[in-house]
Amino acid sequence: MAQPLHGLLTRALAAGGYVNYNWNWGIFWEQTPEATGTYFSTLMSGLGVTIMLALCAWTIAFVIGSFIGIIRTLPSKWPVRLGNAYIEMFRNIPLLVQLFIWFFVVPELLPQELGAWVKQLRNGPFYTAMIGLGLYMSSRVATQVSAGINSLPKGQRMAGTAIGLTTVQTYRYILLPLAYRVIFPPLTSEFLNTIKNTAVALTIGVLELTARARSMQEFSFQVFEAFTAATVIYLALSAVVTIGMRYAEQRLVIPGFNGGKA
Amino acid sequence: MFSDFDFNVIWRSLPYLFEQGMTFTLTLTVIATIGGLILGTFVALMRLSSNVALSTFAASYVNLMRSLPLVLVIFLFYFLMPYIGQWIMRADQPVQVGAYSSTIITFTLFEAAYFSEIMRAGIQSIPRGQVMAGYAIGLNYREVMRHVVLPQAFRNMLPVIFTQTIVLFQDTSLVYVLSITDFLGAASKVAQRDGRLTEMYLFAAVVYFTICFTASFFVKRLQKRISIIR
Repeated sequence: MAQPLHGLLTRALAAGGYVNYNWNWGIFWEQTPEATGTYFSTLMSGLGVTIMLALCAWTIAFVIGSFIGIIRTLPSKWPVRLGNAYIEMFRNIPLLVQLFIWFFVVPELLPQELGAWVKQLRNGPFYTAMIGLGLYMSSRVATQVSAGINSLPKGQRMAGTAIGLTTVQTYRYILLPLAYRVIFPPLTSEFLNTIKNTAVALTIGVLELTARARSMQEFSFQVFEAFTAATVIYLALSAVVTIGMRYAEQRLVIPGFNGGKA
Repeated sequence: MFSDFDFNVIWRSLPYLFEQGMTFTLTLTVIATIGGLILGTFVALMRLSSNVALSTFAASYVNLMRSLPLVLVIFLFYFLMPYIGQWIMRADQPVQVGAYSSTIITFTLFEAAYFSEIMRAGIQSIPRGQVMAGYAIGLNYREVMRHVVLPQAFRNMLPVIFTQTIVLFQDTSLVYVLSITDFLGAASKVAQRDGRLTEMYLFAAVVYFTICFTASFFVKRLQKRISIIR
């Protein structure tokens, strides 16, 4: 694969007399020392973990974020304060610190048996990362949901009240269907952020894409190849998501709102 | 629950945590903010330029950086920098770049992409008429940017720039992956040495929270002041 090109490059660089890096793009088809398959297959399994983790975390972020976002727009004071406190809490602590707290601290604070059970879990790091990342992103989703609801004309809510809907019904039938369509683009970029943030999970031992590229570099010493592959995969992943979302966006956009043509 | 807490370990390690850890965290934040802002402004100007090659290059750089996880970029630059250094300096073997200088360069280049998007929005928020007026009174491109557009763009974007700096401050904790002694790295080293993970990580969380919460409080106030004037 790309043999002539990289051969040329090596020779061009070697002609300068200052590079002694051994290119080997064939490395992807070699066995790993752990004998778990080729380097290519370990990268792909890393990609699988990245996608799974992003989807699971996103589900948590979306559900909890929507709830927090909605209560921040309620007419009464306490839900708003609670929602604000939640957001400040999760937004002002770095993701890495949050993951460490979920991974190292929370099991210690649980009752002894429960804590021991949590530490024994087979995919412990994955579940921890899923919860940690999900809650971290939920504060961002919440901000978007509140902003979306607040961006709707006041008349929408009033009209709901005027025709005799309860608060729940107003949200269910009038505000939320509009708000989610308005915030679709920013939610897309939050989803992309979730994918990128999964890389932080390598610090607690989740073998996602970046971790796989890192271990490939460690075992094979092919720095350029390993990280180029990871870069290309991340770019492809974000391109696929962006294109898919743009397509969905065209169908979801509301005429007259946020750039939708009337 | 907190009965077997050892708050003493925090007290004992305070000098180490702040003199070594927090100093590096803040140094990295300040250098990356200033460097990223300057570089980002140039990238934004390139991106808005009518020269297709320049704007394509700037756009690709920004999109590339913004699609990659910071952790990957930290590793990437850490391992590639010796070879790039070798190539630039025409050395015989890969140049030694320490983890500390490597992260400073990485964060500056990475943040430049994010700051350039902020500055681009800032520049575009200035009405075209001002640029035209600048040309009309005989200023050239550099002078228009230097005296008319950029000062206003910068001022309009100040709250967003500070918000990005707070994000950057939090992101510096990721240098942990290179075993650097930033604030979190220091806390983590003490935690593992003394077997006091609970206390140290909770303390780190409290410190980050206090700093970021206070900072974003002031940013919100600044935002209100600026938005009234407009």
